[in-house]
This record gives sequence, structure tokens and C-alpha cells, in this order.
Amino acid sequence: MFIINCPYCGERDQTEFSCGGEAHIERPKQPTELSDDQWAEYLFMRKNIKGIQFERWNHAHGCRKWFNMVRDTSNDKIQAVYKMGEKPPVK
Amino acid sequence: MSKNLRINKNNFIDQTTRISFKFNGQKLFGYKGDTLASALLANNIHLVGRSFKYHRPRGIMTCGSEEPNAIVQIGNDASLTDPNVRATEIELYEGLDASSQNCWPSVNFDIGGINNFLSPFLPAGFYYKTFMWPAGFWEKYEYFIRHSAGLGKAPTRSDPDIYDHQYSHCDVLVVGGGISGIMSAKLSAEKGLDTILIDDKSFLGGSTIYQENESYKINNINSNKWLANEIESLKNYSNLVIKNRTSLAAFHGYNYLLARENLTDHLSINERKGKVRQRLWKIRAKKVIIASGSIERPLIFSNNDRPGIILSSSIKKYIDYYGVKTGENISLFTNNDSAYETGISLYKSGVKVNVIVDIRKNSDSLIVKEALELGLKVLWGSTVVDTQGYKRIKSFEVMKLSDDGNNVVGDRSKYNCDCLGISGGWTPMVHLFTQSGGKLKFRNEDNVFIPDENKTPSNQISVGSCNGEFKLNEIVINTIENLKSFLSLSNTCYDGIKIICPNEKSKRNIWLLPSDKPIGKTKPFLDFQNDSTAKDVKLALREGFKSIEHVKRYTTTGMGTDQGKLSNMHALGIIADTTGTNMGELGTTTFRPPYTPLTFGAIVGRNVGEFFDQTRKTAIHNWHVKNNAEFENVGQWKRPWYFPKDGENMHQAVQRESKAARDSAGILDASTLGKIDIQGTDASEFLNRVYTNAWSKLEIGRCRYGLMLNEDGMVYDDGVTTRLGENHYIMTTTTGGAANVLSKLEDYLQTEWPELDVYLTTVTDQYSTISICGPNSKNIITKIVPGLDLSDNNFPHMSFKNTKISNVNCRIMRISFTGEHSYEINIQSNYAEDVWIKCMEAGKEFNLTPYGTETMHLLRAEKGFIITGQDTDGTLTPSDLQMDWIIGKKKFDFIGKRSLYRSDTIREDRKQLVGLLTEDPKEVLEEGAQLVENINEKPIEMLGHVTSSYFSPNLNKSIALAVVKSGKKLKGKKLIVPMENKNINVIITDTVFYDKENKRLNA
Ligand SMILES: [Zn+2]
Repeated sequence: MFIINCPYCGERDQTEFSCGGEAHIERPKQPTELSDDQWAEYLFMRKNIKGIQFERWNHAHGCRKWFNMVRDTSNDKIQAVYKMGEKPPVK
Repeated sequence: MSKNLRINKNNFIDQTTRISFKFNGQKLFGYKGDTLASALLANNIHLVGRSFKYHRPRGIMTCGSEEPNAIVQIGNDASLTDPNVRATEIELYEGLDASSQNCWPSVNFDIGGINNFLSPFLPAGFYYKTFMWPAGFWEKYEYFIRHSAGLGKAPTRSDPDIYDHQYSHCDVLVVGGGISGIMSAKLSAEKGLDTILIDDKSFLGGSTIYQENESYKINNINSNKWLANEIESLKNYSNLVIKNRTSLAAFHGYNYLLARENLTDHLSINERKGKVRQRLWKIRAKKVIIASGSIERPLIFSNNDRPGIILSSSIKKYIDYYGVKTGENISLFTNNDSAYETGISLYKSGVKVNVIVDIRKNSDSLIVKEALELGLKVLWGSTVVDTQGYKRIKSFEVMKLSDDGNNVVGDRSKYNCDCLGISGGWTPMVHLFTQSGGKLKFRNEDNVFIPDENKTPSNQISVGSCNGEFKLNEIVINTIENLKSFLSLSNTCYDGIKIICPNEKSKRNIWLLPSDKPIGKTKPFLDFQNDSTAKDVKLALREGFKSIEHVKRYTTTGMGTDQGKLSNMHALGIIADTTGTNMGELGTTTFRPPYTPLTFGAIVGRNVGEFFDQTRKTAIHNWHVKNNAEFENVGQWKRPWYFPKDGENMHQAVQRESKAARDSAGILDASTLGKIDIQGTDASEFLNRVYTNAWSKLEIGRCRYGLMLNEDGMVYDDGVTTRLGENHYIMTTTTGGAANVLSKLEDYLQTEWPELDVYLTTVTDQYSTISICGPNSKNIITKIVPGLDLSDNNFPHMSFKNTKISNVNCRIMRISFTGEHSYEINIQSNYAEDVWIKCMEAGKEFNLTPYGTETMHLLRAEKGFIITGQDTDGTLTPSDLQMDWIIGKKKFDFIGKRSLYRSDTIREDRKQLVGLLTEDPKEVLEEGAQLVENINEKPIEMLGHVTSSYFSPNLNKSIALAVVKSGKKLKGKKLIVPMENKNINVIITDTVFYDKENKRLNA
């Protein structure tokens, strides 16, 4: 069970958070111009990496803010948390 | 049988307090401080159960949580009985009533024992191979297998005991109260850190505390005395909490640990009353020190499972700690020095030690010399090849080992005994370390898996024998040195410590000891609980299983409640030897939590009964209760389902309520619908993006129905949203969808459209909603709000008014989910019950009838209105629901729009919502029933299913909604609903059954 450092509230227990899947998938600005394949790519395709993964998290039972997390899925180490719209601090 | 094998020398058992207990109905005595196992052994009882598969007699084999055999049922009360309790762990209390499990009719005569003689026909995978064929016979086999197998009886009544959960935070958690754990706790506490020390026993000190041997000295005093002083000194630290009888169940990431504290299991039944039985500690520790110790390995030879064959270190504990002789003519069988300590302890306690069989060629360690000086007889370079005795070992046979240890040579010589101690070396308890994510490395020199210091998660350390340190000087010195860096200590109270201890040098290990008989004629047990033998493992390898995880499952080795604590290493060793692999490459099986089984009570704690989940009640709930409502659970909400009158059943009540609502007036508590207050200069634009239809042009004061999709184009939620002001809306959602809709809207606002000026606030609990429908609804509202102009001109359908009821502000919406002329009063929740009662009084002359969810569902089905989650299941688009009218085709974008013309969503043969009428109007379909066209076709094609079905009192016939392949095109088509004992003919219709012209809305 992680301890997550919410960028707005500080360290809290994982039970207060919910994970929203892969981060940095922007909703297309012009969906109508996309082919079925391109839209499907946005809609369905998600990475499931053993290693460094970028994820969206929500402090659901706290400030209810969404933020991003860099997590190593092989050992669950959280390498960074940063606000929505910010660039990832690590590659 | 009834012998007393207790000696009068020990310091640990209170021999002044006699405790009476029962085992298999026999009344026996023990002392305070005994475990059930030590008390049984003191009464010369070894046979406690039967093995799982062959029903072989089995005895107490260990003194701890690794016990595979001595598993008993405690008590026989229907709610308090406890199965699968290890006799080696349960402390004796007055009135303890234990019985053997897995034997029928009794432990001494067990019918399943016949499996033992059939054992050549019961090899590994026997159950998989045999009972799979013929398939239909499984039911017959199952009865026999279940009857003769089984581990104990579960209680049949609910558990009256109280269980607790508690969170705890500390700087340092020390797991294990042996010598390294005690030293760790002291070093941590001395540094001023908040420290918790937990140990699963009732006493601290591990095995050192009863090590009375003169060969072990710390600072010139016997190690046990030194440790006793250390334990005493722990009392000086107010920042140290010691928890006895607490076993660590799980070690999760980020140093989150679960530990179960036993609070009353050692007390007599009377002393337990009103007390919490067990407490589950949820501990978050900044640093964790694992000092979980090691357990002794058995040796694998034929018939090594007879009652009276006990781990050598356990024999030592029984004599030194409990003062119990496990026999009167004991021999030992070992591959290392530690059995000699047992021999010395037995000798000093006056127990006859016949011989020590040692597979090694010699040993020059101090402890062996001491044993030899006492006159103990050692058979070097020898192995036990077989044992005799059915319910208790009587004798064993020894042969010389060949130089390479692969064979036996010479003749068998036989030795009589009533107890045989076996010692196969030591296995570090690395379960917690691996649970936390640590990786192991293999040490070839003594065949142990130990924590790899380079693959240890941060902020934890393993010390003592769980870290592969078995000699006293190593344990003490390394614990001090490792903790100095782990806890950043400079000087410690242990600096300059002096240790004297014997040093074992001679090593020899043979996983499967050789025999003069072929393996097929022997029974070398590996996993005593699951009855798997070395033979089974070899068979699995011959049959092509290679991975340790597969061999484990096929042979069931290590799959008992003891998780193979004794058997895993030997299984690995035999696989490695047979396949010529290095054990380090083979790896271990996965150790999963809990380390020892947890009760369900401890897992759920206080979250039982009404605390299992939250219950949400509306502000009008008390009125519903007083008026005889039956309730339905909708998510966490309790909603009135129907209001039976004068002994009505559900059907009768719902028919009456539905009729009244259309004939005159009905009233519904709709407070559970989700309500989200939406404000901000971009509120209209926001609604445009989240709903399928257009919102910018909605006038202030008007309401609109909206459909919300997922990005995949499937219908997600629906509801009416009202424009309260230029930049102010109130959205309603379904009851079940409220929380998810809010989360989804927040997600889009924060992550996709942060530029929008919109604020969302849930107001579901703040406002209650009273819905009044029917031709007389207008008359009732007139009576309650006399000044309000209710004309269609001033207050048309799909509009709202701010007004007051008895000086309380409220909003009245003219919206309808029944198709009737209706109003919804939104009022602050603390006034809701009063207003409801006012409505009831005003409605008396109009037969205003309270109705519940069932009538609501029926009335809307008459109108063909969908319920998301009932008529939809996340696979239906608006078009599938015949709701194309609600798609804002001119809108640039909304959530899910692009998906509406994917190749799959535009298919014309998708399942689509239709109405159904039964040929026999009295026949009501079952919701979920399948629809087919040709009943004789094979395989029969399922065209769809019924989603909603009712008997309509207003139409006097059965109606239903269904989703059917290409349903839109099939109006008028006849289909069949095949049921268990009949086929029901139905016809596809329009989805609207009642008032197709919507005349009643303005009636
Ligand atoms: Zn937060």
C-alpha cells in the first residue's frame, strides 16, 4: 500500500486515491478528422509497462484533484508526482 | 497411555496452576504456560490426527507455526468452534476442548486409513487424472472425496466474538522477539525512536531463552541469563511498545504491515466475556527490522512421518522450556551439530538417549565433544532407512552411507525407540522479506535462501537467523554492526560485547536420503500435511513438469495451511538433484500472505452487520418506515420499494399504486437522484460538451433532459438539468450513477478542459425531492403553494419556479418521469419530511398515493422511458435506444460523439431497444430472459434479451422492453422466449405503450 505525496495535500495513504490509468493521453482536439483507427488508438490503446509508467491519479477522498505520477511498476517506487499540465520531471 | 512425562526442573511453566482440558473427549491435565501440544505430550499422547490423503496416523512434529500435523478443532459450539488450529500454538486454558480432525469415525480407527494401503494407486495427480473422467461422474466422486477429506468443520452460526482494527505509526517495527529482535528493539529504543516489538509467543526470548548450555556465554554469563537481563531492561523504555501473542500476517510495500494480536484465545471462556478477541494492527513503520528467525528442517527418509518422530529442536524446547519428555527412549538423527544440543539437554534431564545417527563422517565442534564426553553414542556416516510402529514409532533401522552419500552399504541394524528426533539443518524464515518485494540469493555452503542485500527494499533489514546467521557470535555481532548503519548509531550499549559459542564446521546435506530399497517401495514424506512424498515429486518430473510452481501444484507440495514451511526446501532440493540444476537457479515458490492463517473475524474487524457498508437514508425515511414501506437497496440508499396496505403482496400493492398515480395522484420520494450544482461563465459550454444535445439556447427557468455518453459512444447516464440562472445549472443524475458522474465531470474539467470556468458541487444530500404526479397533481400543488400561477402559460412542462412553502424557499420543477402532469419539489432536506406530510394532507381528498421504485419503474416502462443500468448495460448507443433525436448533430463535439460513427457503432444489426407484447396478455416475461426466432435451430441463435417487464394495470396487459438484434427493423415480428417448461410467444412493438401522443403531460 503506497504512501502518495499529493501535490496539493502532502503524504497520504493510498486508500484515499484512485488511479485513472495512463497519463499524457490528450483528447484529440478535432475528433471528427480522425480515422477509425486513429480514434481507436486514442480510445482503447494503453501501455502496460514493467518499469517506468506515467499515470493519472485522483485524490478522491481528499482534495479531489487529479495529478500525474511516475511509478516504477516493477517495484512500485513512486519517482515523482506533478500537477496536471506540468511536464514530467523525469524521463 | 496415561503416563506423566513432566519433569520438575523448568522455570517457564507454572506448575502450581493445574489446568484441566479435554482431548477427543478424554479429560487431561496440564499447567499454565503449556501449549495444547506440550500438555498432550506430557500425557504421552503423540497421535493427534490423520494425514489428508492416506489417512496415516500423525503426531506432533514441531513446537510452532510450522506444524503440519497437529491440527485440531477447538470446541464444538456451533458459533465458537474453531477449525484448523495448530496444537503447537494454542495456549492451554481451563476447559479447552480439542478434537482431532480429518479422521472418521475416530483418530484411532479411521476408515480412510485404507487409502494408506491403496497408496501405490494414489500417486501425484491421482485426483486430477482419475476423477476427471468420465466427466459426468464427478458428482458421485465428489461426495465420497469430500466426506473422507476436509480440514475441520466451519462454525455453522455467526461469530459472536468482537474483533478490532487499529492503525499504528512508528519509527521502527521489530518483528520477532528472539535474541536478535530483543537487541534490535533495545538499540532502536535507546536511540529514542518510537519502537514496536511484536512476537507471536506469550513470552520473549526465542530459543536462546531456554538455552542452558554452558558452552554459550555472553559477557561471561550463560546466554539465556544474559538475554533474560536484556528483556528485563526493555521495561526502561517508554518509547518501546511490546506486543506478545502478535503474529505478523503480511508485509506490503511502503512498510505497511498487518499484524494479528491474540487477546483472549489463551483465557478461559468465562474470562473472555466482553473482551475483544483479536486485533488486526495496520502498521506503517518508517523502518522495519525483520528478526523472524529460522525453522528446523526434517530429514527425508522412508516412513519419516510416524507419530513420535519430532524435529530435534522441538524435542529440546519441550524438555527445556515445558519440562516435558517427548519419550523415554529417544534417538536422534541429524546432518548437523544442533541435534547434539538436544542430546545434551535430554541427558541432563535424565532421559535416555539411545543413539545419535549422523550422516556426517565426523564433527570436532565443542558441542559434539561435550556430547561424546557425556557418553552419548554416535553412529557416524549413517542414515536411517526405515521406521516401524503404526500409531507410534517403535523402532528404526540404520545403514552406513557410501562415501559419496548416494547409496547405503552393509546391513540394516535396528534400534528400539519411542521417539526419534530429526534435524536436517535450518531454513531462514524469509517469507516476510519476500512478501515486501525483496529478492533471495542462494548460499551453496549450507543450502539456504537468504535475503540478497542488494535486492532489499529500502528502509528494512533482516537480522539474526532469518538472515542466514546461525551461530550465536554471528547473530550478536552482525545484528549490532548492521543496525549501527541501518539506524545511524555511533556508540551502543553493546559495544565491546564478548561471546563464547561452539563453532560448527562439518557439513553434509542429502535432500533425499538413500535406501536399500527402490524408491517405489519407500514412503519418504516431504509435505506431511498434504501427504506428498519425494516419489511424487520425482514422478512429476518424469511426467514433464519442470517449473517449481507447476510441480508444487501437481503434487500439492507446500499447498497446505502451513504453506510448506517444512517441505519446500526439500522439494526444491530433490528437483535440483534430479534435474541437475543449481538450487539458486531454480528459485523458490512465491510466499504469499498471510504468513499464518488469519481468522475472517480479524480480517473484517468491526465492519460487520450495519457497519459492513454505509446505509444512506433520505430525509423522509422515517415517514416511509411508519407507513409500512418495503425497502429496496439502490447502491447504498434505502429506497421505498412499495407501500403494502392491508396485507397486500408486492404485486397487488404495485398494481394499486400504479393505477392511483394515473387515475388521480401519486407521490414519490425522489431524493436519491444525484444533484450537481454547476456554476461558472462556461457552464453552458461545459454542458454542451458533456451531453449529447445542445444547451446554449436553453432559457433561464427551463429544464431539459440530457443523455451522457462515455467516450466510446455508449450511454452512461441520463437526467434532467435545469437552468437556474445565466451561469447556473442544477444537474440530476441517476441514483446509482451520482458519484461516478461527478468524478467523470471533474476529470474532464481538470484534465482536458482546464480553461473552462466551471465549478461543480454535489448537493444530493442538501436537497430532497418530492415528486407528485397524476391528473390531480396540479390541484394538490395549488393547495400547498396558493399564490403560484400553475397555468401552462406561466408554468409550462419542462420549466421551474422559485417559490416558498410555509416560508421555506424551494424550487418546483414541472418535469415528468411517468408521462403524467407532474411536479418535483426540491427543498432543503431538513424541511423535507414536513413538506411531504403537508403534501399528504393536501392530497388526501385526491387519494394521493405514495409509491415506491417498483411503481416508478412500471409507470416509466408504460411510457418507454429507459432506466440507465437496467435497459442499458454499457453496450448501447443512443441510436441503439432509438433515441437519435437527442444527438446534437450540428454540435462540433461532445463526449462520445466520434465513436457514434465508428464502423462498429453504425452496424445496423446491433442490439436495439424495442417493446414487446406477449401473445397472452396475462403472461409476464422474466427480465433477463432470452429471445429467439427459431426454437428448432441448433445451435439456437440468441437474438437478445428482456430488460424490463411488468404487468400494466393501466393497459391491463403485460408489457416489456428488450434489446434485440436489428430490433428497429423488426416491428411486428414474432419471437419466442424459451423458458424452462414452456415457450412464450411475443411480438416486437414500439417502445411507447401508453399515451403515445403525450396528451397527459398537460392534462
Ligand atoms: Zn490532495
